Amino acid sequence: MSSDRILLSTRKGLIVLNRSNGWAIERHEFAGVGISCAVVDPRTGVWWVGQKHGHFGPQLLHSHDEGATWHDHVSVSYPAATTKADGEPAALTEVFTIQPGLDSQPKRLWMGTLPGGLFRSDDGGETWDFVQSYWDQPHRPEWFGAGTDDPALHSICVDPRDSRVVRVGSSVAGVFETRDDGETWTTITNGMDAEYMPDPSVNVPQDPHLVRQSPTNPDVLWSQHHCGIYRSGDAGTTWQCVSEPEGDNRVAHFGFAVAVADDDPDTAWVVPANQDDNRSSVNQAMCVARTNDGGRTWQALRNGLPQTGSFDIVYRHCLAYDRNSLAFGSTTGNAYVSDDRGDSWACLGTGFPPIYAVNFA
Amino acid sequence: MATVRISRHLRRFFPAYPSPGELVDVETVAEAIKEIDRRHPGLGFYIVDEHGTLRHHVNVFVGQDLVYDKQLSDSVTTSSTIDVIPALSGGFQ
Repeated sequence: MSSDRILLSTRKGLIVLNRSNGWAIERHEFAGVGISCAVVDPRTGVWWVGQKHGHFGPQLLHSHDEGATWHDHVSVSYPAATTKADGEPAALTEVFTIQPGLDSQPKRLWMGTLPGGLFRSDDGGETWDFVQSYWDQPHRPEWFGAGTDDPALHSICVDPRDSRVVRVGSSVAGVFETRDDGETWTTITNGMDAEYMPDPSVNVPQDPHLVRQSPTNPDVLWSQHHCGIYRSGDAGTTWQCVSEPEGDNRVAHFGFAVAVADDDPDTAWVVPANQDDNRSSVNQAMCVARTNDGGRTWQALRNGLPQTGSFDIVYRHCLAYDRNSLAFGSTTGNAYVSDDRGDSWACLGTGFPPIYAVNFA
Repeated sequence: MATVRISRHLRRFFPAYPSPGELVDVETVAEAIKEIDRRHPGLGFYIVDEHGTLRHHVNVFVGQDLVYDKQLSDSVTTSSTIDVIPALSGGFQ
Protein backbone atom coordinates (compact mmCIF):
# COMPACT_ATOMS: atom_id res chain seq x y z
CA MET A 1 0.00 0.00 0.00
CA SER A 2 1.19 3.47 -0.86
CA SER A 3 1.99 6.54 1.15
CA ASP A 4 -0.78 8.15 3.16
CA ARG A 5 -1.00 11.36 1.18
CA ILE A 6 -1.61 12.35 -2.39
CA LEU A 7 -0.53 15.77 -3.59
CA LEU A 8 -2.57 17.29 -6.39
CA SER A 9 -0.82 20.18 -8.11
CA THR A 10 -3.63 22.16 -9.65
CA ARG A 11 -4.37 25.40 -11.37
CA LYS A 12 -5.78 26.72 -8.10
CA GLY A 13 -3.36 25.53 -5.52
CA LEU A 14 -1.84 22.45 -3.92
CA ILE A 15 -4.48 20.02 -2.66
CA VAL A 16 -3.37 17.47 -0.08
CA LEU A 17 -5.50 14.33 0.22
CA ASN A 18 -5.15 12.00 3.18
CA ARG A 19 -5.83 8.27 3.15
CA SER A 20 -6.68 8.18 6.84
CA ASN A 21 -9.86 10.16 6.25
CA GLY A 22 -10.93 8.41 3.10
CA TRP A 23 -8.77 10.52 0.82
CA ALA A 24 -10.68 13.65 1.80
CA ILE A 25 -8.98 17.01 1.45
CA GLU A 26 -6.59 17.51 4.34
CA ARG A 27 -5.33 20.90 3.23
CA HIS A 28 -5.52 23.37 0.38
CA GLU A 29 -2.29 25.35 0.12
CA PHE A 30 -1.64 28.42 -2.02
CA ALA A 31 -5.31 28.87 -2.93
CA GLY A 32 -5.70 30.33 -6.37
CA VAL A 33 -2.05 29.95 -7.31
CA GLY A 34 -1.12 27.56 -10.11
CA ILE A 35 1.13 24.71 -8.98
CA SER A 36 3.35 23.31 -11.71
CA CYS A 37 4.93 20.52 -9.67
CA ALA A 38 5.17 19.10 -6.16
CA VAL A 39 7.87 16.62 -5.25
CA VAL A 40 8.85 14.97 -1.99
CA ASP A 41 12.54 14.25 -1.49
CA PRO A 42 12.61 10.72 -0.04
CA ARG A 43 16.05 11.34 1.49
CA THR A 44 15.03 14.32 3.58
CA GLY A 45 11.24 14.46 3.55
CA VAL A 46 11.42 17.97 2.14
CA TRP A 47 8.46 18.99 -0.01
CA TRP A 48 9.32 21.04 -3.10
CA VAL A 49 6.68 23.05 -4.92
CA GLY A 50 6.88 25.00 -8.13
CA GLN A 51 4.35 27.77 -8.45
CA LYS A 52 3.15 29.27 -11.68
CA HIS A 53 1.36 32.48 -10.89
CA GLY A 54 -1.00 33.99 -13.38
CA HIS A 55 0.66 37.35 -12.89
CA PHE A 56 3.81 36.98 -10.87
CA GLY A 57 5.76 34.34 -12.75
CA PRO A 58 7.30 31.16 -11.36
CA GLN A 59 8.31 30.63 -7.75
CA LEU A 60 10.05 27.78 -5.97
CA LEU A 61 9.19 26.88 -2.39
CA HIS A 62 10.09 24.12 0.01
CA SER A 63 8.82 22.83 3.31
CA HIS A 64 10.64 20.87 6.00
CA ASP A 65 7.49 20.04 7.95
CA GLU A 66 5.23 18.42 5.34
CA GLY A 67 3.71 21.67 4.24
CA ALA A 68 2.95 23.21 7.63
CA THR A 69 5.32 26.09 6.86
CA TRP A 70 6.97 27.11 3.63
CA HIS A 71 10.24 28.74 2.67
CA ASP A 72 10.16 30.73 -0.51
CA HIS A 73 12.20 33.14 -2.57
CA VAL A 74 14.63 30.49 -3.78
CA SER A 75 16.45 32.02 -6.73
CA VAL A 76 16.50 30.13 -10.02
CA SER A 77 17.95 32.24 -12.80
CA TYR A 78 18.98 31.75 -16.37
CA PRO A 79 22.35 33.43 -16.95
CA ALA A 80 22.12 36.95 -18.31
CA ALA A 81 23.57 36.15 -21.74
CA THR A 82 21.36 33.13 -22.33
CA THR A 83 19.11 33.44 -25.34
CA LYS A 84 16.46 31.24 -26.87
CA ALA A 85 16.53 30.03 -30.45
CA ASP A 86 14.67 33.14 -31.57
CA GLY A 87 17.27 35.37 -29.98
CA GLU A 88 15.05 36.48 -27.13
CA PRO A 89 16.53 36.37 -23.62
CA ALA A 90 15.85 33.10 -21.81
CA ALA A 91 14.17 33.65 -18.45
CA LEU A 92 12.57 31.15 -16.12
CA THR A 93 8.88 30.71 -16.86
CA GLU A 94 8.12 27.43 -15.08
CA VAL A 95 9.63 24.99 -12.63
CA PHE A 96 8.46 21.81 -14.34
CA THR A 97 10.08 18.96 -12.45
CA ILE A 98 12.46 18.34 -9.56
CA GLN A 99 14.43 15.13 -9.15
CA PRO A 100 16.33 14.39 -5.94
CA GLY A 101 19.75 12.83 -6.38
CA LEU A 102 20.92 9.49 -5.07
CA ASP A 103 21.56 8.74 -1.42
CA SER A 104 25.26 8.99 -2.22
CA GLN A 105 24.74 12.68 -3.06
CA PRO A 106 22.50 13.84 -0.23
CA LYS A 107 22.60 17.50 -1.24
CA ARG A 108 22.10 16.98 -4.99
CA LEU A 109 18.86 17.92 -6.72
CA TRP A 110 18.08 18.33 -10.40
CA MET A 111 15.44 20.61 -11.87
CA GLY A 112 13.83 20.78 -15.29
CA THR A 113 12.34 24.06 -16.39
CA LEU A 114 10.75 26.06 -19.15
CA PRO A 115 12.21 27.24 -21.40
CA GLY A 116 14.00 23.91 -21.84
CA GLY A 117 16.60 24.34 -19.10
CA LEU A 118 18.34 22.01 -16.69
CA PHE A 119 19.47 23.18 -13.26
CA ARG A 120 21.43 21.45 -10.53
CA SER A 121 21.87 22.07 -6.83
CA ASP A 122 24.58 20.65 -4.58
CA ASP A 123 23.52 22.38 -1.38
CA GLY A 124 20.10 20.87 -0.85
CA GLY A 125 18.33 23.35 -3.08
CA GLU A 126 19.49 26.59 -1.48
CA THR A 127 21.19 27.62 -4.73
CA TRP A 128 20.75 26.33 -8.26
CA ASP A 129 23.27 26.28 -11.10
CA PHE A 130 22.27 26.40 -14.74
CA VAL A 131 23.72 23.42 -16.61
CA GLN A 132 25.26 25.34 -19.46
CA SER A 133 26.59 22.23 -21.21
CA TYR A 134 23.04 20.92 -21.61
CA TRP A 135 21.80 24.22 -23.02
CA ASP A 136 24.77 24.47 -25.38
CA GLN A 137 24.07 21.25 -27.24
CA PRO A 138 24.49 22.06 -30.93
CA HIS A 139 20.98 21.02 -31.88
CA ARG A 140 19.21 23.30 -29.38
CA PRO A 141 18.07 25.73 -32.12
CA GLU A 142 15.98 22.84 -33.45
CA TRP A 143 14.01 22.43 -30.20
CA PHE A 144 10.54 23.94 -29.96
CA GLY A 145 7.51 24.07 -27.72
CA ALA A 146 4.55 21.71 -27.58
CA GLY A 147 1.47 22.91 -25.78
CA THR A 148 3.68 25.67 -24.48
CA ASP A 149 5.66 28.26 -26.40
CA ASP A 150 9.00 26.85 -25.31
CA PRO A 151 10.53 23.40 -24.81
CA ALA A 152 9.77 21.79 -21.47
CA LEU A 153 12.30 19.60 -19.64
CA HIS A 154 10.03 17.14 -17.90
CA SER A 155 11.99 13.97 -17.09
CA ILE A 156 15.20 13.44 -15.14
CA CYS A 157 16.36 9.87 -14.52
CA VAL A 158 19.44 9.42 -12.36
CA ASP A 159 20.95 5.98 -12.86
CA PRO A 160 20.93 4.33 -9.41
CA ARG A 161 24.16 2.50 -10.29
CA ASP A 162 26.14 5.66 -11.03
CA SER A 163 25.08 9.17 -10.07
CA ARG A 164 27.13 10.62 -12.93
CA VAL A 165 24.80 8.96 -15.42
CA VAL A 166 21.65 10.99 -15.95
CA ARG A 167 19.08 10.77 -18.72
CA VAL A 168 16.66 13.60 -19.34
CA GLY A 169 13.63 14.02 -21.55
CA SER A 170 12.33 17.24 -23.00
CA SER A 171 9.42 18.19 -25.26
CA VAL A 172 10.11 18.97 -27.99
CA ALA A 173 13.80 18.18 -27.96
CA GLY A 174 14.47 14.51 -27.20
CA VAL A 175 16.15 12.24 -24.72
CA PHE A 176 19.72 13.05 -23.73
CA GLU A 177 22.29 11.26 -21.62
CA THR A 178 25.30 12.40 -19.67
CA ARG A 179 27.78 9.90 -18.28
CA ASP A 180 30.05 12.48 -16.66
CA ASP A 181 27.66 14.34 -14.33
CA GLY A 182 26.59 16.86 -16.91
CA GLU A 183 29.88 17.72 -18.58
CA THR A 184 28.89 16.27 -21.95
CA TRP A 185 25.65 15.06 -23.49
CA THR A 186 24.63 12.48 -26.07
CA THR A 187 21.31 12.19 -27.88
CA ILE A 188 19.61 8.84 -27.23
CA THR A 189 16.50 8.79 -29.40
CA ASN A 190 17.41 6.10 -31.94
CA GLY A 191 14.22 4.33 -32.94
CA MET A 192 11.79 7.06 -32.04
CA ASP A 193 9.58 8.59 -34.71
CA ALA A 194 8.67 12.21 -35.29
CA GLU A 195 5.59 12.21 -37.48
CA TYR A 196 5.27 15.96 -37.03
CA MET A 197 8.54 16.52 -38.90
CA PRO A 198 9.17 16.39 -42.64
CA ASP A 199 11.64 13.60 -41.90
CA PRO A 200 10.12 11.45 -39.12
CA SER A 201 13.42 9.65 -38.58
CA VAL A 202 15.28 12.64 -37.18
CA ASN A 203 16.98 12.16 -33.83
CA VAL A 204 16.21 15.75 -32.79
CA PRO A 205 13.67 17.14 -32.17
CA GLN A 206 11.76 14.24 -30.69
CA ASP A 207 8.74 14.58 -28.44
CA PRO A 208 8.96 12.15 -25.55
CA HIS A 209 6.07 13.31 -23.38
CA LEU A 210 7.62 11.55 -20.40
CA VAL A 211 10.54 9.21 -19.73
CA ARG A 212 10.59 6.83 -16.78
CA GLN A 213 13.34 4.50 -15.62
CA SER A 214 12.77 1.07 -14.12
CA PRO A 215 13.98 1.07 -10.52
CA THR A 216 14.84 -2.62 -10.71
CA ASN A 217 16.58 -2.55 -14.08
CA PRO A 218 17.70 0.97 -14.97
CA ASP A 219 18.59 -0.17 -18.47
CA VAL A 220 14.85 -0.35 -19.10
CA LEU A 221 13.37 3.01 -19.98
CA TRP A 222 9.77 3.76 -20.88
CA SER A 223 8.51 6.77 -22.78
CA GLN A 224 5.00 7.86 -23.57
CA HIS A 225 5.91 9.71 -26.73
CA HIS A 226 3.83 11.94 -28.96
CA CYS A 227 3.95 9.23 -31.62
CA GLY A 228 3.41 6.17 -29.45
CA ILE A 229 4.66 4.23 -26.46
CA TYR A 230 8.36 3.40 -26.53
CA ARG A 231 10.50 1.05 -24.50
CA SER A 232 14.25 0.71 -24.39
CA GLY A 233 16.06 -2.27 -22.93
CA ASP A 234 19.54 -0.85 -23.41
CA ALA A 235 19.41 2.41 -21.45
CA GLY A 236 18.14 4.43 -24.38
CA THR A 237 20.63 3.33 -26.98
CA THR A 238 17.71 2.01 -29.02
CA TRP A 239 13.96 2.38 -28.62
CA GLN A 240 11.14 0.16 -29.83
CA CYS A 241 7.55 1.29 -30.30
CA VAL A 242 5.29 -0.93 -28.18
CA SER A 243 1.95 0.72 -28.87
CA GLU A 244 -0.95 -1.56 -29.58
CA PRO A 245 -1.22 -2.33 -33.30
CA GLU A 246 -3.05 0.26 -35.34
CA GLY A 247 -6.73 -0.49 -35.81
CA ASP A 248 -10.20 0.26 -34.55
CA ASN A 249 -9.57 -1.47 -31.23
CA ARG A 250 -6.30 0.21 -30.43
CA VAL A 251 -6.28 1.91 -27.02
CA ALA A 252 -2.68 2.11 -25.81
CA HIS A 253 -0.87 4.49 -28.12
CA PHE A 254 -1.24 8.23 -27.55
CA GLY A 255 -1.06 9.90 -24.17
CA PHE A 256 1.26 11.80 -21.89
CA ALA A 257 1.94 9.83 -18.72
CA VAL A 258 3.67 6.54 -18.05
CA ALA A 259 4.48 4.75 -14.80
CA VAL A 260 6.80 1.80 -14.22
CA ALA A 261 6.48 -0.83 -11.50
CA ASP A 262 9.07 -0.89 -8.75
CA ASP A 263 9.31 -4.68 -8.85
CA ASP A 264 9.24 -5.50 -12.56
CA PRO A 265 10.75 -3.57 -15.45
CA ASP A 266 8.22 -5.05 -17.87
CA THR A 267 5.16 -3.79 -16.00
CA ALA A 268 4.08 -0.28 -16.92
CA TRP A 269 0.94 1.82 -17.09
CA VAL A 270 -0.20 4.55 -19.46
CA VAL A 271 -3.36 6.63 -19.62
CA PRO A 272 -4.52 6.41 -23.22
CA ALA A 273 -6.10 9.30 -25.05
CA ASN A 274 -7.25 9.91 -28.56
CA GLN A 275 -4.53 11.06 -30.87
CA ASP A 276 -3.18 14.57 -30.81
CA ASP A 277 -6.00 16.22 -32.74
CA ASN A 278 -8.59 15.09 -30.16
CA ARG A 279 -7.07 15.07 -26.73
CA SER A 280 -9.66 13.30 -24.62
CA SER A 281 -10.44 9.78 -23.45
CA VAL A 282 -10.61 7.14 -26.17
CA ASN A 283 -14.28 6.71 -27.11
CA GLN A 284 -15.18 8.99 -24.18
CA ALA A 285 -14.40 6.07 -21.87
CA MET A 286 -11.63 6.48 -19.31
CA CYS A 287 -9.10 3.71 -18.85
CA VAL A 288 -5.60 3.02 -17.74
CA ALA A 289 -3.68 0.52 -19.83
CA ARG A 290 -1.21 -1.89 -18.26
CA THR A 291 1.37 -4.20 -19.73
CA ASN A 292 3.03 -7.00 -17.80
CA ASP A 293 5.20 -8.18 -20.68
CA GLY A 294 7.24 -5.21 -21.76
CA GLY A 295 4.60 -3.82 -24.06
CA ARG A 296 3.87 -6.90 -26.14
CA THR A 297 0.29 -6.84 -24.88
CA TRP A 298 -1.82 -4.26 -23.09
CA GLN A 299 -4.84 -4.61 -20.86
CA ALA A 300 -7.39 -1.80 -20.57
CA LEU A 301 -8.26 -1.31 -16.89
CA ARG A 302 -11.70 0.27 -16.53
CA ASN A 303 -13.17 -0.98 -13.24
CA GLY A 304 -14.33 2.07 -11.32
CA LEU A 305 -13.58 4.56 -14.09
CA PRO A 306 -16.32 6.42 -16.03
CA GLN A 307 -17.14 4.72 -19.30
CA THR A 308 -19.31 7.43 -20.80
CA GLY A 309 -18.92 11.13 -21.26
CA SER A 310 -15.24 11.34 -20.37
CA PHE A 311 -13.35 14.16 -22.02
CA ASP A 312 -10.39 13.87 -19.67
CA ILE A 313 -6.77 14.28 -20.58
CA VAL A 314 -4.11 13.24 -18.10
CA TYR A 315 -0.94 15.29 -18.28
CA ARG A 316 2.52 13.76 -18.14
CA HIS A 317 3.15 14.27 -14.43
CA CYS A 318 -0.35 13.20 -13.42
CA LEU A 319 0.06 9.43 -13.06
CA ALA A 320 1.80 8.40 -9.85
CA TYR A 321 2.89 4.94 -8.72
CA ASP A 322 3.93 3.84 -5.27
CA ARG A 323 4.09 0.30 -3.96
CA ASN A 324 1.20 -1.28 -5.89
CA SER A 325 -0.86 1.90 -5.74
CA LEU A 326 -1.54 4.28 -8.60
CA ALA A 327 -3.23 7.64 -8.70
CA PHE A 328 -4.01 9.96 -11.55
CA GLY A 329 -5.82 13.22 -12.22
CA SER A 330 -7.03 15.02 -15.30
CA THR A 331 -7.36 18.53 -16.61
CA THR A 332 -11.12 18.09 -16.15
CA GLY A 333 -10.51 17.90 -12.42
CA ASN A 334 -11.23 14.21 -11.96
CA ALA A 335 -8.89 12.04 -9.90
CA TYR A 336 -8.74 8.32 -9.08
CA VAL A 337 -6.68 5.95 -6.98
CA SER A 338 -6.04 2.21 -7.14
CA ASP A 339 -4.45 0.01 -4.49
CA ASP A 340 -4.32 -3.11 -6.65
CA ARG A 341 -2.07 -2.05 -9.52
CA GLY A 342 -4.95 -0.67 -11.52
CA ASP A 343 -7.37 -3.59 -11.38
CA SER A 344 -9.94 -1.38 -9.65
CA TRP A 345 -10.23 2.32 -9.06
CA ALA A 346 -11.83 4.61 -6.49
CA CYS A 347 -12.79 8.18 -7.23
CA LEU A 348 -10.89 10.84 -5.29
CA GLY A 349 -13.07 13.65 -6.56
CA THR A 350 -14.60 15.08 -9.70
CA GLY A 351 -14.57 18.79 -9.09
CA PHE A 352 -10.91 19.58 -8.64
CA PRO A 353 -9.31 22.37 -10.62
CA PRO A 354 -7.33 21.29 -13.69
CA ILE A 355 -4.63 18.95 -12.40
CA TYR A 356 -1.02 19.46 -13.46
CA ALA A 357 0.74 16.85 -11.33
CA VAL A 358 -0.06 13.97 -8.97
CA ASN A 359 2.36 12.60 -6.39
CA PHE A 360 2.24 10.29 -3.43
CA ALA A 361 3.74 11.80 -0.30
CA MET B 1 11.15 60.15 -1.68
CA ALA B 2 9.00 58.30 -4.20
CA THR B 3 6.32 56.03 -2.85
CA VAL B 4 6.00 52.45 -4.11
CA ARG B 5 2.63 50.88 -3.49
CA ILE B 6 1.78 47.26 -4.19
CA SER B 7 -1.67 45.79 -4.57
CA ARG B 8 -3.28 43.37 -2.16
CA HIS B 9 -2.41 40.54 -4.54
CA LEU B 10 1.27 41.03 -3.71
CA ARG B 11 0.71 41.92 -0.08
CA ARG B 12 -0.62 38.39 0.31
CA PHE B 13 2.92 37.13 -0.17
CA PHE B 14 4.65 40.02 1.60
CA PRO B 15 2.41 40.86 4.53
CA ALA B 16 5.09 43.01 6.17
CA TYR B 17 5.04 45.48 3.31
CA PRO B 18 4.09 48.86 4.82
CA SER B 19 1.02 50.91 4.01
CA PRO B 20 0.54 52.94 2.02
CA GLY B 21 3.95 52.01 0.57
CA GLU B 22 7.72 52.04 0.78
CA LEU B 23 9.47 55.38 0.46
CA VAL B 24 12.47 55.09 -1.84
CA ASP B 25 15.18 57.51 -2.93
CA VAL B 26 15.65 56.51 -6.57
CA GLU B 27 15.69 57.98 -10.06
CA THR B 28 13.99 55.25 -12.11
CA VAL B 29 11.26 52.68 -11.72
CA ALA B 30 13.83 49.89 -12.13
CA GLU B 31 15.79 51.26 -9.19
CA ALA B 32 12.59 51.43 -7.17
CA ILE B 33 11.88 47.75 -7.78
CA LYS B 34 15.45 46.85 -6.80
CA GLU B 35 15.11 48.84 -3.62
CA ILE B 36 11.86 47.25 -2.50
CA ASP B 37 13.37 43.85 -3.33
CA ARG B 38 16.32 44.69 -1.09
CA ARG B 39 13.93 45.51 1.73
CA HIS B 40 11.64 42.55 1.01
CA PRO B 41 13.83 39.80 -0.46
CA GLY B 42 12.12 37.97 -3.29
CA LEU B 43 9.51 40.64 -3.99
CA GLY B 44 11.28 41.84 -7.11
CA PHE B 45 11.02 38.41 -8.77
CA TYR B 46 7.24 38.65 -8.57
CA ILE B 47 7.40 41.86 -10.60
CA VAL B 48 10.34 41.37 -12.97
CA ASP B 49 12.21 38.31 -14.21
CA GLU B 50 15.85 37.53 -13.48
CA HIS B 51 16.92 39.95 -16.21
CA GLY B 52 14.92 42.84 -14.82
CA THR B 53 12.22 42.63 -17.48
CA LEU B 54 8.71 43.47 -16.29
CA ARG B 55 6.52 40.39 -16.16
CA HIS B 56 3.99 40.15 -18.94
CA HIS B 57 0.95 40.34 -16.70
CA VAL B 58 2.12 42.98 -14.24
CA ASN B 59 1.34 46.65 -14.78
CA VAL B 60 3.36 49.47 -13.27
CA PHE B 61 2.07 53.02 -13.13
CA VAL B 62 3.91 56.22 -12.30
CA GLY B 63 1.14 58.46 -11.16
CA GLN B 64 -1.64 57.83 -13.67
CA ASP B 65 0.74 56.84 -16.46
CA LEU B 66 1.23 53.21 -17.43
CA VAL B 67 4.89 52.25 -17.85
CA TYR B 68 5.48 50.77 -21.30
CA ASP B 69 9.23 50.19 -21.15
CA LYS B 70 9.61 46.61 -19.90
CA GLN B 71 13.07 47.46 -18.56
CA LEU B 72 11.45 50.12 -16.36
CA SER B 73 13.76 52.98 -17.32
CA ASP B 74 11.07 55.60 -16.67
CA SER B 75 12.19 58.42 -14.43
CA VAL B 76 10.60 59.15 -11.11
CA THR B 77 10.74 62.18 -8.85
CA THR B 78 10.48 62.65 -5.13
CA SER B 79 6.77 63.28 -5.51
CA SER B 80 6.09 60.22 -7.66
CA THR B 81 3.78 57.43 -6.64
CA ILE B 82 4.58 54.08 -8.25
CA ASP B 83 1.82 51.49 -8.27
CA VAL B 84 2.40 47.80 -8.99
CA ILE B 85 -0.87 46.17 -10.03
CA PRO B 86 -1.53 42.78 -11.64
CA ALA B 87 -2.91 43.06 -15.14
CA LEU B 88 -6.40 41.73 -15.68
CA SER B 89 -5.00 39.75 -18.59
CA GLY B 90 -3.12 37.40 -16.28
CA GLY B 91 -5.94 35.93 -14.25
CA PHE B 92 -6.56 32.20 -14.25
CA GLN B 93 -9.95 30.94 -15.29
